Formats: sequence, C-alpha cells, structure tokens
Amino acid sequence: MSTYIMTTILLCGLVTWLSRVLPFAVIKNMTLPAWLIKFLSFVPIAIMTAIFVESLLTYHAGHWPGFDFANIAASIPAIVAGILTKSLLAVVITGVVAMALLRLTGFA
Amino acid sequence: MDANLSFRSGLKDVLPTVFGYIGVGLALGIVANTSHLSVVAILLMSLIVYAGSAQFIIVSMLLTGSPISAIVLSTFLINSRMILMSLTIARYFKQDSFLQNIGLGSLLTDETFALSMNKLNLTHHRLRPTWLHAANIVAYLVWAAATVVGCLLGNLIQDPNQFGLDFAVVGMFIGLLYLQLITDRSKPFTTQLLVIGFVAVAMYVLMRFFPGNIALLLATLLGCGFGMVVSPK
Repeated sequence: MSTYIMTTILLCGLVTWLSRVLPFAVIKNMTLPAWLIKFLSFVPIAIMTAIFVESLLTYHAGHWPGFDFANIAASIPAIVAGILTKSLLAVVITGVVAMALLRLTGFA
Repeated sequence: MDANLSFRSGLKDVLPTVFGYIGVGLALGIVANTSHLSVVAILLMSLIVYAGSAQFIIVSMLLTGSPISAIVLSTFLINSRMILMSLTIARYFKQDSFLQNIGLGSLLTDETFALSMNKLNLTHHRLRPTWLHAANIVAYLVWAAATVVGCLLGNLIQDPNQFGLDFAVVGMFIGLLYLQLITDRSKPFTTQLLVIGFVAVAMYVLMRFFPGNIALLLATLLGCGFGMVVSPK
C-alpha cells in the first residue's frame, strides 16, 4: 500500500474521529443552554427524514434533483410493513424483498 | 425493542441494522476491488475511517489521484453531521466516565444513533454505555467484515444490488423514522409531522444547489430551527 493511500486513510480517520468524539468531550464538562437542548431535540427526526429523502432523490449538478423511482416504489411496501408490524426487522426485510422483486421483474 | 439496556439487549436491538451494513459494505468492497485497492487497504479504511458514504468518496478520489487535502476536506464535510448526532446523544452519558464517552463516540454511526433515539422512547429517556457499546461493536465488526468480503469476492458477485440489499439501509431509516414518529411522546405528533414535511421539501430545494450529503446537513439544521419555531411554547 502506498504512503499516499495510508496517509489519506489516517487523516480521514482523524477528522472523522474528532467529529464523533469532540462533542462528547465538550458536553461532558458543560451544561447546555435550554435553547440548544430544544434545538438538538429535533435532530433525530430531522436527520432521519433527511437521510430517507436523500435516498429518494438523485443529484444532478446545476439542475433540480431527479427521483429514484426504484427506491420510491420499494419504500411503499416498507412503510406499510412498518405501520402493520411496528417491527424494524420486518420493514427492512419487506423493503429488500420488494427491491429484489422490482429488479427481477425488470421494473428497476 | 424493549426497555432493557443490557449488553445482550444491545446485541439484539442492532440486528435489523446488520442487513444494511452487509449490503452497503459488500458494495463498497466491490467498488474498492474494481478500483484496485488492496484488501488490507479497505480493511484499514473501514477500521480507521469507519464511515459508509465517506468511504465511497475516498475510494473514488483515490482512484483519480486527488490531493490528500481535498479528500480529507470532503470526508470532513460528509461526516460533519456526526457532530450534530454526537452533541445530541452525548448528554445521556454525562454521568459516565470520560473514557466511556470517548469509546461510545468513537464508534457512533447514523444507524446506532437513530437506534438510540428510538430506544430512549422506551426507557424513560435513559441510555447505558453497555447497551450502546454492544450495538456499536456489532456494527463496527460487521461493517469491516462486509467490506473485506466484498473486496475478496469482487470478481465473483458483479452486482450485489440484484438481491435488493442496497435497499436495506433505506428500509432501516424508514423503520427508524416511523418508530420515532409514533413513540416519541416528548413532542406533539403534528409538530413532528411538520418537521418531517419541512425537511423533505428543504432536501429537494437544497439538492438543486448542493450534493446530497451537504444538503442533508443543511436540511437537518434548518429542520431543527423550524421545529423550535413551530413547537408549542
């Protein structure tokens, strides 16, 4: 492995680790103001929505995003499975099977 | 998932996310193989960087011989959402030792973060290091193994996506988001729906101007601000 690859891995690892760990170190020794706690309380729902929606869109530099119709189609049975079972595993398996079927039948 | 915060319970709770790590990890390993990256290089990358989308970018930028500074900056931007997630989850571990906190932060991922936020709704807003360590360690090992296997089998499996495994991650976030919506009683249901709708529209508009990863960070920040404005006083 070249030093180019090794240096890249080490430095990328360092910035990622700092992003993960510094907030823990900072919070440990201070009390967050009430407004920040309120702000952060929306992080879970906001970030999960953003991650999900990102997977439904396709980025084209300089244009409006397109739609990933395969992911959108497979999302529908997955959401139904969630409503019916309230089980994370059921949602994942239903979605994967739906996607496999879409590919098998040539729709995706 | 239940209120149990033991190590064993963590192993059990993280199980549904494992499919996502396997699907994406195999895909990354295959891409690494076709990009002429060695098994050792991809293993080290998975162990040291440990970040799904960033690793795809790193592999592609290494292939084109990008300057190290550009690769590191891209990695930081893609992973900067980790800062938000760590800030959000860290306050549940303030009573635990500094070393525990560093350990928990070091292996936190989108998935184990989202899982923890779901768990909070069942445990009267408490988390324990043992539970999160269990989830984090399983995720870490499965990820590293999947990328290595993908790289080794790179020439055999041409398209892991034909089995729909690439959808496992999307499916998981659908499940985690839905469970969050129906179990988080700390906020009115309508407020949560408003935030979801706002973030979805924000993502669409922002992706007109920014790639998905940057749009994701901005939409999350805007969504949190929007949530503060619309939530009842």
